[in-house]
Amino acid sequence: MPTLEQIIARVAAAFPGARLEVVPNGSPSNQPSLLLEPGRAVEIAKFLRDDPELRFDYASNVTGVDWPERTVKERVKVRRVIEGVEKETEELAERKIPGCLEAVYHLYSMALGHGPLVIRLRTGNRADRVVLPSLTPVWRSCEFQEREIFDLFGIQFEGHPDLRRILMWDNFADHPMRKDYVAADAQEATP
Amino acid sequence: MLGRGIIRGLIETGRNFCGSYHDPARLTTVQYPEEKLPPQENARTIPFLVYDGADPLAGLRCTACTICEQECPAHCILIVKDTVKKPDYLGKMQFHPKVFDIDIAVCMGCGICAEVCPFDSIKMDRVFELARDRRAMVFHKTDLAKSNEYFREIHPGEAAAVDVARAEEQRKAQAKKAAIPAPAPAAP
Amino acid sequence: MIAAPEFQAPSRGGFADHDLMEVAMGPHHPSTHGVFRMNVVLDGETVVKLTPVFGYLHRNHEKIAEKNSYLASIPYTDRLDYICSMTNNWAYVLSVEKLVGLGVPERAEYIRVLVGELTRLFNHACLAGFLLQDMGALGTPLMYAFREREKILDLFEALSGSRMMCNYMRFGGCRCDLPDGWLEEAGKVVAGFDSFLDEFEALLSENEILRARSQGVGVLPRELAVNAGVTGPGLRASGVNYDIRKVDQYGIYNRFKFRVPLGARGDVFDRYMVRILEMRESLAILRQAVRDIPAGAILDPKAKLRNLRPKPGEAYGRIEAPKGELGFYLISDGGPAPWRYRIRPPSFVNLTVLEDMCLGHTIADVVIILGSVDIVLGEVDR
Repeated sequence: MPTLEQIIARVAAAFPGARLEVVPNGSPSNQPSLLLEPGRAVEIAKFLRDDPELRFDYASNVTGVDWPERTVKERVKVRRVIEGVEKETEELAERKIPGCLEAVYHLYSMALGHGPLVIRLRTGNRADRVVLPSLTPVWRSCEFQEREIFDLFGIQFEGHPDLRRILMWDNFADHPMRKDYVAADAQEATP
Repeated sequence: MLGRGIIRGLIETGRNFCGSYHDPARLTTVQYPEEKLPPQENARTIPFLVYDGADPLAGLRCTACTICEQECPAHCILIVKDTVKKPDYLGKMQFHPKVFDIDIAVCMGCGICAEVCPFDSIKMDRVFELARDRRAMVFHKTDLAKSNEYFREIHPGEAAAVDVARAEEQRKAQAKKAAIPAPAPAAP
Repeated sequence: MIAAPEFQAPSRGGFADHDLMEVAMGPHHPSTHGVFRMNVVLDGETVVKLTPVFGYLHRNHEKIAEKNSYLASIPYTDRLDYICSMTNNWAYVLSVEKLVGLGVPERAEYIRVLVGELTRLFNHACLAGFLLQDMGALGTPLMYAFREREKILDLFEALSGSRMMCNYMRFGGCRCDLPDGWLEEAGKVVAGFDSFLDEFEALLSENEILRARSQGVGVLPRELAVNAGVTGPGLRASGVNYDIRKVDQYGIYNRFKFRVPLGARGDVFDRYMVRILEMRESLAILRQAVRDIPAGAILDPKAKLRNLRPKPGEAYGRIEAPKGELGFYLISDGGPAPWRYRIRPPSFVNLTVLEDMCLGHTIADVVIILGSVDIVLGEVDR
């Protein structure tokens, strides 16, 4: 399989100006992923599918992930005036990392037998900017899996042929797999 | 010839049907409950607590460490520690469970509690005729406690290995105490 | 309080032609392989539109796994594709081993192949039996298949303690070693299975009714199968040579000589025949495994049972389960429970093309086509 750098080089050559970011993977699994910007995701996906060297014709897994907003405390270097002299010191600062919802696609190639290539799409936030382009027109295997992400996480996939709930019933009003979901009749099974 | 496939199929069915009158491999039905299959040694259904000796509650090996409660995937175990410590088979003072409840309606029978128990005190039972006429499926300490003889009966290999290991540990503990010159506290 | 679901008529698109009839097949239905519903719009007996509806067995396993430890999720994976618990365990522990970087001792790999291929054997035998039952054979082939399955279930009970919910694999190996005499018993079962398959094929494969009802029915073209993510025997029946055991060579599959049967037309009969041929190939693998299994440890010495806290990162591990590609995608945040635990179920994705395969056929064929896709609702709904 071409390495991630080679794939990025090919995609960047075909789509100059597209934002392609590598998301490193801390585990020994050797599966780093590629973050795409939602605006150009569909055309890049078509390129990944049709390019003769890549031929990623099989989208195996589509996952939704919920990243709530979190606050990170870090030590930062700042310049402060101490006793009349400007010095560089360290201070404890808080940084808010905004929350988002994410769709992760695992792509394989049945024609060339390589994979996986992991691509990610992130929404703007978890509240009102939750629209992502649907990759179902590119790979039909995303059809049910994107419906499940819409049902359980709340990401709206634009361009999906039939976006409605799949596992929960139609009138259900919440997204159960979000981290802040509270079940209405939460019952513990402990005796 | 049209129908040849169907006729071949019917010959197979006939072979099975006629064979079931004289060949035990063809008629494999066991007429439960009049006949029962001999149970497998490794079979597991619900957990039980092992006790040594004659008194179920005093001889319980369980020390209320709550590892099984934490690891249970279905969260069906409830343990409340007793406040009094009593000596165990090695002479160490251990807590005992005041309450040990397992809701066997929730229990999956996965055996993880038996796998993680460091004291060989919770093991998997083989009983499966558990139907009862009322909803209460919470088994308390008294329902769960079964003797080591029962354990040897249902899982002979495992029980023998556990007994050998415990006897070895007991022997080492006695040897260590005998080596100390000062008077040792009373062993159990 | 959650509002109670209101009854909604199955119609989704406006069908102005009132000669069309809408039928909800399921979820209480003997032939839908579980609680599965299909809203079928019929013109006489011909299917005009088919919408699968599921979620009746949704138990939210993925959310439960976010609160339980990694070890505690193993018994839950048994209950996904509840017929094939060993391969479900294997896919999950493979993903965790990728996440943590654990190796597996050789003997454990051989045991995994043994139980995995035994699982494949009885899954395909069950499928043939259930497919024939859907066609109206009223249980005879099914009961013959179940007779063989009982022998394998007895082997699993002797090995893991339970016939179906085995909970046998662990991260870095297997839970316990083979009991004495197990390998001989397994060898006998494998030896007897060939003659069972010969009888089974004599019973079924030339049967005119079977051929008339399944040949040419439910054709799945190659390109659609690949694009729709169909995997497993359904994909290979459409002529695509993609078997994850050969592509990824996970475990020690590269040591075994076996062939991958492919179909020519992608209809129901091809899906049935591919499974029969795969059973023969599984027997070849089993004979090699029983012959070559070495002695040794069954658990990696670095494997931890309790309190596994993988470093933050993610991994996707997949295997060729009997129904298709079963994958687990795990994201760890360094804690004792996974941040995201996703199951990629083969039956769920294989259902994408159900409508395409059923259009133009009669409603009786819908039952057979669904049977040939081989779904288990535990996996579809999780």
